[in-house]
Amino acid sequence: MSKGQTIGSTAILPGAAAEAPPEVAATPGKRIALLRVLGPGHVWALGVGIVLVGEYMGWNFAVGKGGPVAALTACWLAGILYTCVAMIDSEITSTVAAAGGQYAQAKHIIGPLAAFNVGLYLVMAYTMLEVSNAIVTGDLIEAFLANHGIPGSVDKRAFMVLTIVALAFLNYRGVLASLTLNLLITAAAFVAIVVLFLATQPWAPGAVLQHQSLFVELPYGSLGILAAMHFGLWFYLGIEGTTQAAEEVRSPARALPLGTMTGMMTLLIAATATWYVCSGLMPWEYLGQAVTPLYDAGRLTGNPYLEVFLFFGTLFATVASANGCINDASRAWFAMGRDRYMPAWFGAVHPTYRTPYRSIVFFVPIAILFAISTPLDQTIAFSILSGLLGYTLMALSIILFRRKWPLGTIARGYVHPMHPLPCALLLILCIVTYVAVFLGYGTQLVAMMTFYITASAWFVLHRYKYVRRGDQFTMHWPRPKGY
Amino acid sequence: MSKVPYEPPKQSVAGQIFDGLLMLVLVGITLYLPLLFKLAGAGTTTREFQSPTWESLGQNATMAAQWEKLGIAPEKAATIIGTRFDYSFNWVALAFTAIIIVGYFIFMFRYSEKEYREVIAERFGDETGPRRS
Repeated sequence: MSKGQTIGSTAILPGAAAEAPPEVAATPGKRIALLRVLGPGHVWALGVGIVLVGEYMGWNFAVGKGGPVAALTACWLAGILYTCVAMIDSEITSTVAAAGGQYAQAKHIIGPLAAFNVGLYLVMAYTMLEVSNAIVTGDLIEAFLANHGIPGSVDKRAFMVLTIVALAFLNYRGVLASLTLNLLITAAAFVAIVVLFLATQPWAPGAVLQHQSLFVELPYGSLGILAAMHFGLWFYLGIEGTTQAAEEVRSPARALPLGTMTGMMTLLIAATATWYVCSGLMPWEYLGQAVTPLYDAGRLTGNPYLEVFLFFGTLFATVASANGCINDASRAWFAMGRDRYMPAWFGAVHPTYRTPYRSIVFFVPIAILFAISTPLDQTIAFSILSGLLGYTLMALSIILFRRKWPLGTIARGYVHPMHPLPCALLLILCIVTYVAVFLGYGTQLVAMMTFYITASAWFVLHRYKYVRRGDQFTMHWPRPKGY
Repeated sequence: MSKVPYEPPKQSVAGQIFDGLLMLVLVGITLYLPLLFKLAGAGTTTREFQSPTWESLGQNATMAAQWEKLGIAPEKAATIIGTRFDYSFNWVALAFTAIIIVGYFIFMFRYSEKEYREVIAERFGDETGPRRS
C-alpha cells in the first residue's frame, strides 16, 4: 500500500461509514464486528507501506529549501512530530475504534464544523497527493524515454491525464482488485529502494557515493533548517493511517503503539538512508528540485539494470499511491455526503460495483486541471498544508478528549504517556512548520487558509441546516463531562 | 425534558448540484487562480550567469561530472543553481498570516462547540430527560 491508502476490510465505506459498516447495515439487529486478526507486524507493514512513496519523491524539496544538512535535521524533527501524532492518534483511535479516522473523531470530540474541516483536509491532502503522483508519473515516463534515445517526443501531460482517468476508472469499478494490486507493486517499490541502497555500497565511501566532494554546509544558514521543516513532513505524511486499523487489531493497546512506533523507527532509518544515497550522488542544487530523485540516483550509479529497476520502482510507488489517494479522497467525500456535510447526492453507492462512484468522478476534473498545469512542489505544498492543519487540530483535540472523558470514564485501548507533553510538543512543531511553509510558500499558505475559511463560512451559513444533529454522535459513550 | 430532534429541510437535486459545483469553483478560485496568475509560488530570487562554466557556477569536478551524467550542461544548470529561495523576513506578513490561522482555529472551535452542544442535547437529552437511543 502507499500514501493515502485506505486500510482494513471496510473498503467500501470507511470514514463515517465505519460506524455502521456495510456488513452491519445489511443485517439489522445484529452487530457484526470486523475480524480482529492484525498484530503489531501488520500495523508496522501498513505504516511503512502508506509512507513509501514519500521516499521516491517530494522529500528532496527539503534539500532545496535548506541544503542537505537542513534536510536531514528536518527529517529528524519531523520524526519527532510524527511520533507525537502516532501517540495521540493511537489513544483516540483505539477508543473510537470503529469510527474511520480523524473525520469521525472530530465529530465526537469537537463538533460538526471541525469534522467538516477535517473531512476537507483529508480530501484536499489526498487529491493534491494524487495530482503530485500523476505529475511524477508523466515526468518519469518522459525522462525515461528521452534518456533511452527513443525517437519522437511524448507529451507528459497525456500520461498525467491517463494516470488519473485510468485509476479513477479502476476505483469506479471496484476497490478490491486495485488495492490488491497496490500491495504487490508497493512491495516491488520497497525492494527497489533496498537494492539501490546496497548497490551504492554505503560501506565503502568514495566507491559510488561522493559525499566528500558533493557535500556543502548550510547554504541558507540556520534559517534553512527551519525552512526545510516544510518538506520534512513529506518523509512521514500518512503514517498516522496505521491507527485506523484499530478495529481489526487483536490487541490495540499493544499492537497499535508498538506497530506504529517500530514503523516510525523503520521510516527514520529508511529516510536517512534515502537522504544519504541521494546526497552522495547529486549536487544539492539538482537534488533540491528533482522530480524523480531515486530514479536519478539509479541513473547516476551507471548501472542500466538499476536504472530500469528504479524507473519501475518510482512508477509503481506513484501509481499505487495515486490509486490509494483516489480511494481515500472519494470515501471521505462520500462520508461527508452521507452525513449531509456535502450534498447527499455524493452519498450514493453504485448499484453494481458498490463504490461511491459520484465522489470518485467528481474530483477527476480538478485533479487533471492541477496535474497538467501546476508545478510539483506547489501541489505537494498544498497536500502538506492540509495534513499540517489536521495535526494541529489533533493536538487540540486530545486535550478536549481527556477533558470530556477523563481516564477511567470510558474504555481506552491505549493511553499515551506523559500527557500533555506530546500534544504540547506537537503544537510547537506544528507552529514551527507553519513558519517553515511561510518561508518561500507564504502565498500558498494564505490561499489554503482562504479556501478553508470560505468553506467554513459556507458550512455555517448554508450547509449545516441540512445536518441531522443527533446523528453526529454514534459512539456508545456516556455524556461528555461539562455538557 | 429531551430536546425535540431537529428535522433538516430536504434539498432539491438542483440545489445539491449547485452546492457541489460551488465547491469546485471555490477550489478553482482560491487555489488554482493564484497559481495560474503567478500570484502564488515559491518566493525566489534569480541570479544571472553570463556564459556560465562549471567553475563560475561554483561546481567542483565531481559535481560537474554528476551534472553531466544527468545530461545537464552548464547553461541549464545555471538556471537551477541561480534560483534561490528568498527568505527575507516580512514581520507584518508573518503576523498577518498568524492572525489568519489562529483566527480560523478560534472560530472553528467556538462554532463547533455551539454545534456540539446541539448534538449532545439531541443525542442525550437534557440532564433529567430520557436518553435518545
